[in-house]
Amino acid sequence: MAYSEKVLEHYSNPRNVGTLDRNDPRVGTGMVGAPECGDVMKLQIKVDDSTGVIEDAKFKTFGCGSAIASSSLATEWVKGKTIDEALTIRNMDIVNELSLPPVKIHCSVLAEDAIRAAIDDYKRKRRNGNGDNKK
Amino acid sequence: MKKPIYMDNHATTPLDPRVLDAMMPYLTNKFGNAASRNHSFGWEAEQAVDKARKQIAELIGADAKEIVFTSGATESDNLALKGVAEMYAEKGDHIITAATEHKAILDTAKHLAKKGFRITYLPLGKDGLIDPADVAAAITERTILISVMWANNEIGVLQPIREIGRIAHERGVLFHSDGTQAVGKVPVNVIEDNVDLLSISAHKMYGPKGVGALYVRRKNPRVQLTAQMDGGGHERGMRSGTLNVPGIVGLGEACAIAQREMAGESVRLARLRDRLKDRLEAELDEVYVNGSMEHRLPNNLNMSFAYVEGESLLMGINDIAVSSGSACTSATLEPSYVLKALGVGDDLAHTSIRFGLGRFNTEEEVEYTADRVIEVVRKLRELSPLYEMAKEGVDLKKVEWVKD
Repeated sequence: MAYSEKVLEHYSNPRNVGTLDRNDPRVGTGMVGAPECGDVMKLQIKVDDSTGVIEDAKFKTFGCGSAIASSSLATEWVKGKTIDEALTIRNMDIVNELSLPPVKIHCSVLAEDAIRAAIDDYKRKRRNGNGDNKK
Repeated sequence: MKKPIYMDNHATTPLDPRVLDAMMPYLTNKFGNAASRNHSFGWEAEQAVDKARKQIAELIGADAKEIVFTSGATESDNLALKGVAEMYAEKGDHIITAATEHKAILDTAKHLAKKGFRITYLPLGKDGLIDPADVAAAITERTILISVMWANNEIGVLQPIREIGRIAHERGVLFHSDGTQAVGKVPVNVIEDNVDLLSISAHKMYGPKGVGALYVRRKNPRVQLTAQMDGGGHERGMRSGTLNVPGIVGLGEACAIAQREMAGESVRLARLRDRLKDRLEAELDEVYVNGSMEHRLPNNLNMSFAYVEGESLLMGINDIAVSSGSACTSATLEPSYVLKALGVGDDLAHTSIRFGLGRFNTEEEVEYTADRVIEVVRKLRELSPLYEMAKEGVDLKKVEWVKD
């Protein structure tokens, strides 16, 4: 199977590879997929509490080239967006941007799931954090 | 060094130029039909076919009369299983094979199961080997055929053919072996190894595609087959269809070359393969060889690179042609069923790469391949959340994964 130029480009030069401190209250971590399914994505965001803007994003992915490219693109897209804006990113946007073939659509679904999981994690931390403060 | 490098010789092999030279006249002016009995065009074609039959028979210790030409090993496997099942249906309805066989055997067995035959799939050890004692235990009074491949196409593991054949003969059961990956690579002798039917493919041993053979034993015991194609009654009635003379000449020449060069070639390939394995093991952590190293084709290496998905690894070494057991590279989107049968977990199956060395690979290519694989595995592990977790001491087996 031939890969699109954009998949190859993200694979060769993945953006925002790395790890943020998962104990930082401003960091949300999303990890989706499973090793026996052949893909696991970890996507992390660091949010400015006052503005809700995602100021940093990092990823690590175990998976095929399309999975790596989808998560690399996802970190690029969420950076600078508010968490509400980031939640509007749909897997089909990733499919279109990377010209993913039908068999690789699940890679984009996983990337969308990873964004949501990271935002959920951040929100949960914030809720729990606020709850603690009230006490 | 020319790139891309071809190191997928279990899928197919390049045509040896000497084989092409032998075939050329039969692709051009010597175009006769080997079944034409009344002119020189037919005679010279028939002579060429007879010569090839001898070359093939000599390589496997058979008689030339026992070679039936086919379109390849898939057809040979179909003819062996269906032909025996139909011919011996009165005698029994039970066939024994194994889960790691090629699809040409497994799907044919499935077809026969639908027709009412009972199929037993032998268990395999972690090393990919069948225990002959399991074969003996599986045989019943209704067993008509045992089919076990000589060498596996993914992990290169060599089965104890001679021992299985001995058991089959003691119990009066016919024994077929798919020799696609073994013939021309390791010594094969149908008499000493107690084989009654043997599938052979030309394009896995530097011959052309679209031609193969089935060895069918003529005495002790005499094996009979029901033809699976109706027509002119070629090949002693077992396989109708005008003979593919240039292909057959190519198969014959490929066998003759293999017979002359196998001893030296297998030593050279084993040395190159071991060099590749030693470097990968020395320079990378958490790499695992799949299948027995002791009972293995000299040109095969199948390795899992933990925490690195196979297709992404192939993408990184895109100037080297190898294959992966990863689901992403298979038509079914399932990881390798061969590795699964060995008890290799899906997580490691997704990270497996098959290296198939061949006659035309050089030491320089092997060093380059090792360099590239090491470089790309390291890079992808930097990208792998699993590698990071493993290094932090997280037990990945205990993590609750969010599956899609």
